[in-house]
Amino acid sequence: MKILRDYLDKIKPNVEKGGKFHYLHSTFEAFETFLFVPRTVTKKGSHIRDSIDLKRTMFMVVVALIPALLFGMWNVGYQHNLSIGVDASLISNFFYGFWLVVPIIIVSYVVGLGTEFIFAQMRGHEVNEGYLVSGFLIPLIVPVTTPLWMVALATIFAVVIGKEVFGGTGMNILNPALLARAFLFFAYPSQMSGDKVWVAEKADAYSGATPLGELMTATDKINLPSVADAFFGFMPGSVGETSTLAILLGAVILLWTGIASWRVMFSVFIGGFAMGWVFNQFGANIYMNDVPAFYHLILGGFAFGAVFMATDPVTAAQTNTGKYIYGFLIGVMAVLIRVLNPAYPEGMMLAILLLNVFAPTIDYYIVQSNIKRRLKRVKQIAA
Amino acid sequence: MSEIIKIKKGLMIKLQGESNRTVSELNSLKYALKPTDFIGVFPKLNVKEGDKVKAGSPVFFDKYRDNIQFTSPVSGTVSEIKRGAKRVLLEIRIEADSTNDFVDFGAANPANIDGEAITEKLLQSGLWSCIRQRPYSVIADPTQSPKAIFISGFDNAPLAVDYDYVLHNKGEVFQTGLDALAKLTKGKLHLNLHANDTQTKVLLNSKNVEINLFKGKHPASLVGTQIAAIDPINKDEVVWTVNVQDVLTIGNLFLKGKYDTEKIISFGGSEVLKPHYYRAKAGVSIQDMVSNNVAKGNLRYISGNALTGTQIESTGYLGFYDNQISVIPEGDHSQFIGWIMPNLGKFSFYRSLFSWLMPKKSYRLDTNLNGGARAFVMTGQFEKVFPFDIYPMQLIKAIMSRDIDAMENLGIYEVAAEDFALIEFISTSKIDIQSVVAEGLEFLRKEMS
Repeated sequence: MKILRDYLDKIKPNVEKGGKFHYLHSTFEAFETFLFVPRTVTKKGSHIRDSIDLKRTMFMVVVALIPALLFGMWNVGYQHNLSIGVDASLISNFFYGFWLVVPIIIVSYVVGLGTEFIFAQMRGHEVNEGYLVSGFLIPLIVPVTTPLWMVALATIFAVVIGKEVFGGTGMNILNPALLARAFLFFAYPSQMSGDKVWVAEKADAYSGATPLGELMTATDKINLPSVADAFFGFMPGSVGETSTLAILLGAVILLWTGIASWRVMFSVFIGGFAMGWVFNQFGANIYMNDVPAFYHLILGGFAFGAVFMATDPVTAAQTNTGKYIYGFLIGVMAVLIRVLNPAYPEGMMLAILLLNVFAPTIDYYIVQSNIKRRLKRVKQIAA
Repeated sequence: MSEIIKIKKGLMIKLQGESNRTVSELNSLKYALKPTDFIGVFPKLNVKEGDKVKAGSPVFFDKYRDNIQFTSPVSGTVSEIKRGAKRVLLEIRIEADSTNDFVDFGAANPANIDGEAITEKLLQSGLWSCIRQRPYSVIADPTQSPKAIFISGFDNAPLAVDYDYVLHNKGEVFQTGLDALAKLTKGKLHLNLHANDTQTKVLLNSKNVEINLFKGKHPASLVGTQIAAIDPINKDEVVWTVNVQDVLTIGNLFLKGKYDTEKIISFGGSEVLKPHYYRAKAGVSIQDMVSNNVAKGNLRYISGNALTGTQIESTGYLGFYDNQISVIPEGDHSQFIGWIMPNLGKFSFYRSLFSWLMPKKSYRLDTNLNGGARAFVMTGQFEKVFPFDIYPMQLIKAIMSRDIDAMENLGIYEVAAEDFALIEFISTSKIDIQSVVAEGLEFLRKEMS
């Protein structure tokens, strides 16, 4: 490692101010700090600092996403072979999916990080670690059949419009990965919904719709997957969203390390269940009547959104009380859209984006109540 | 005695090099007054190089409040006046002599004189500078009457001095100091003690004070935390705070008529070979402590604790308000893919690392930032180490944007920079939050005056 360190130290003057390649400073810095935690020491304030940094935090989220990714790869192969009626082995299912998903991951990272580097360079600031997670999320929330050029386009849109125009990671209003998906959903609806896109190279006769898609069109009889199939994830859907079990494994990591807010996560599930239960009571149509509330939590992208998307600290509510409200409303909205809006079989994406927009408003009222409490203290003394 | 106040939020950072409870005499001849220790003071000199001073002779005063003066801790000669960039006064160095001359301010029983006379005596002797106020954490205004005075009677910051030990056998001096302070407020004089760790009768049997018992992790010992728990500061209110050892100095002034800043300080940290206590006067040079008692290598010397202290040279001087010197290694080394490594020897508040598995372990922490500065990304973390009814992130952002209304509304008058030390320690974004708060308080103080 010393050789590498020495080499970096040798070429460093070239990218510093006045050096030949000074315009590559941000890029160099990004690679250097990726390889080595810098030797910067504290100058002001506390002389000692916690060993945490944003890189480790983001890395833990990536680790938490791995179960969903691995299961997703396998499921891509499994769904394909199911559609053509082949009974394939676990390994061959996995590698079928692996070779389809890995290119999406590569495109997402190369294009996304490339855009980030260019922006960091232009503005002369450090490359932020946020994209380590966004770049991993995007492949997990699109159908496996999404063309790579679309992934690239959506990624650029998400990074530029979703993040960099606001000033980079930490300043954005909308979750960048979800924005990429929303871009695809509205720009290329035929590649993002319907029953043709969820299963790779499926046989024509095979339905291939997601359970939520089928629910949307159901008229007399509802054809739900079994609880086990839905919970373990043996159903069509976006790459990483199908297995509630794999997602919950990730949730355990995120909650145990304290990176994701349990307040947001649990209140999303509670909100979704509550709304589903309310619909069950109404029972106005077959969808409301025959889909038990808990099914909403294990179908589609609900669990994935609750665990990995709603909990994004930048776009969620920032106050602890606000997090309960924010999460609960996401759950409610997601189920509301699923059941009542005939155009959208899945409501999670729109629910989270909507609440992203309202999160600052929620925080505003929570902080105002703190301010009022403080002012009341003064009045009590005056009285 | 009232019920115990439990501080549930916070973090104990265990550093290696806790001092032994043994006291060495420190007969150093080198002392210095550092105007930079006093927030908001614009120093004007009373002395020039070569002047003779006695213990208690004025050395400089505040240009804007000329009755607040700063006096020499020892008798001797002004050896050097050190200035920095733009001729800012950094140090007034004093070489002690063996005469032990002191200015006689006259002994007096605080019970028999009124608050004004006490204030006058404190101002004359230079001891007024021990009394600081909130808001702004500056030296108190002698013309005001605070709603209460707070003294924190324990310290659970890393490597802190054990006040129980320090106060041993000093009951009379301490009580005299308390009696004097009690006359300065119409409200209460609060003495805040640890419910279990405070054992000494000197503290527990103090009279003329309201004793409050606390329990909990650091920052339970910070006076800001205690004020917030007992009687939070509102807009237009002023409270004063005094260090325990300065109560002794005040006590000595009234008992003996003498400015005697002798206190017990801790010399500790992982790089100190034999960490222990010293008996020393304010502004003493740390040179004699350092010689032959620190490990080799690039070291950081801190006057104060590792969270809130000030960096000094190995030949530097003890800060006026500080009770300890900490010596830790500099962290100017880079670590290969350190952000992915398990880092078993490192300490973290978070479970992303593994120090939570070893709650009893002491750590040898260095000064590495452990990352690079970033925008705020994570939320909900600061609240876990900040026991105030204040939204810390929102307040910090209000300060950064210099929004006076928001700062006031969000509670800036209740805090000092040190209250944000743990937040700064655990911050994933590596932002220097204490200096943000300090600059915000200074900005507000200037705007409001």
